[in-house]
Amino acid sequence: MKPRDLADLAFRNLREAILRNVLTTIGVAVGVASLVAMLSLGVGLQELASKRLSQSGLFDTIFVTPKNNFRGMGRPQREAPSDKPPRALDDDARKEMEKLPNVIEVYPQVRFFTEVRFNDKPFATVVAGMPESSRNSGSFDGMQGNFFSSPTANEAILQIEFAKDLSEKPASLIGQDLVLRYAERQALLANNDSPNQSGEPSGGFSVVPKELRLKIVGIVETEPAAGYGGYGNARLLMPLATASTLRAAQVNDLRDIVRDNSTSKTTYPSLSVRAKSPSQVEALEASIKAMGFAAFSLLDASKSLRTFFSVFDLLLGIFGSLALAVATLGIVNTLVMAILERRREIGVLKALGAADSDVQQLFFVEAGVMGLFGGFLGVFFGWLLGRAITFGTNVYLKRQNLNPIELSSVPWWLVIAAIVFAILVSLAAGLYPASRAAKLNPVDALRYE
Amino acid sequence: MTNPSMPHAETAIQLEHVSRQYTMGEATIRAVNDVSLSIARNEFLALLGSSGSGKSTLLNLIAGLDRPTSGSIMAQGQNLAQLTSIELARYRCNTIGMIFQSFNLLPRMTLEENIELPLRLAEVEHAERPGRVREALERVRLTHRLGHRPTQLSGGEQQRVAIARALVNRPKILLADEPTGNLDSATGEAILALLREVQQQLGMTIVMVTHERPLAERYADRLAIMGDGKLLSAAEMTKEAAQ
Repeated sequence: MKPRDLADLAFRNLREAILRNVLTTIGVAVGVASLVAMLSLGVGLQELASKRLSQSGLFDTIFVTPKNNFRGMGRPQREAPSDKPPRALDDDARKEMEKLPNVIEVYPQVRFFTEVRFNDKPFATVVAGMPESSRNSGSFDGMQGNFFSSPTANEAILQIEFAKDLSEKPASLIGQDLVLRYAERQALLANNDSPNQSGEPSGGFSVVPKELRLKIVGIVETEPAAGYGGYGNARLLMPLATASTLRAAQVNDLRDIVRDNSTSKTTYPSLSVRAKSPSQVEALEASIKAMGFAAFSLLDASKSLRTFFSVFDLLLGIFGSLALAVATLGIVNTLVMAILERRREIGVLKALGAADSDVQQLFFVEAGVMGLFGGFLGVFFGWLLGRAITFGTNVYLKRQNLNPIELSSVPWWLVIAAIVFAILVSLAAGLYPASRAAKLNPVDALRYE
Repeated sequence: MTNPSMPHAETAIQLEHVSRQYTMGEATIRAVNDVSLSIARNEFLALLGSSGSGKSTLLNLIAGLDRPTSGSIMAQGQNLAQLTSIELARYRCNTIGMIFQSFNLLPRMTLEENIELPLRLAEVEHAERPGRVREALERVRLTHRLGHRPTQLSGGEQQRVAIARALVNRPKILLADEPTGNLDSATGEAILALLREVQQQLGMTIVMVTHERPLAERYADRLAIMGDGKLLSAAEMTKEAAQ
């Protein structure tokens, strides 16, 4: 039989027992919906986690330190100790890194623990300098207020938790000033009694308390501090250039003093190298290591995250498929019933010249059509269910004074995969009834009343 | 009585020692038992016999709906025993047409759609179908009921539609299983007259299973009588017998 005739007859047959076939199709749709809803939650959560993590700047940034540096990253250095002196992380090295392919920028980490005074009350926090590139990195999407007006502005963006410490109404802080109190390093010149008479810095420094007035321009929910290290989460963010000019004492300063510092060039305790995308981090990290520095990225953590979500999606998929498995039985039942009802008709078709394969294909197409419609309907129901769950969650989050999140996500691949899966499952369900119908003895079928 | 195997020079159907037996539990039922019969081209043969005599089984064997346990059936030059199930389906589609006692029209389809069904199975081009359907309906004089459903028709009309459906693929052989069984005598007679008419117009071979000997004697060229699965006699109708 020609495909058009096959489809025509199949649709005609489906219309004939419309109620039963619609109910069966809805059964498939519910199965697909549960699968789609489960997977959309899995995908949504994965996207949410990935977005948050990419906003943190962790996955496209390589943290570079001189070799034999202390284990500030909480990760043992794998390289065996060498007799050669470690290469200094100075401006030359910085420029060399800037020339590496796929590097957006190389910047020093400015991150220090300090005190902030607001309304004459002291608050302890960690301050981090934000490079200008973070303006467009997505880290500040959805922030309240604005990004820094210029790379050297005396402005601050607060992390929401810190803002809540400062005021019960964090939004009201925007436009107000706070005072940053910090310890400025001042290089000690060599004194006249020492053999070094040149007036060059001796390598030591004194610490002088200073203050800087900052205007609060924005409040951000996540911590978008590019890079990592230091004392933990930075809760007050300011332009990197402004933070650098403060010459605030940092944690590595003391170590640098005790180390033999024969060069007068500026050296950095660490540098952050930002790659164009997380996929280029691995190669870049290898290049930097080849230059003689210790480099570390969170790519491994990102891989673990992907593994976790793959397993998570698989489990959600299995639970979601249970309903589809029940729906499959519905298709088998409907088609077996149809064979009983249409027994005589099958006999007539065979008497008129239908081959076994024609009858088989007819039942197959009927199963496939139920799968197709069930798939489409199921994707829609699943999407709706995902929206409902997201809506419910966001109502709850709002009551908790938290920002709304996009909990479910139905990407195109999921739509297509769900429909194809529904059709395949329906065809599999139609296998037995179709083969049973095809094998029906026409003489018996014609005699059937 | 003539020789049942060789009545005419041109043979449409040739049965040679055909048997069909069924096993039910430990019992073996010989529904058709060693039947040899020749049916000539353009012949109208009536198969008569009491219930359970094996006449319908024999018709199903000729139709290729069933296969003989032994013996051979040649129909229009094809040995049915050697055909695969797909070839048998093609044979049913292109070489034979069938009508039944209970008409077997599909109730949810219109007359046009019912008649189109064999054309779909024969994969006839869509453009050609309406003309073929109309032609078949003209032969049974039901063109005005094209869009009606079988349930809107009388028994006689339904059987005429079934005849149109059987004729639409222009078969060489028409097999009729008790075509008048569900009709009153006048309608039954009209149906047989119609069968005779199309047979003569189209030059077909008709094999009809019936209980109604008087009608068979009036319209058939020859009567074949079966009993207990065996062919008891196959006699050509003489004018005297017909009268």
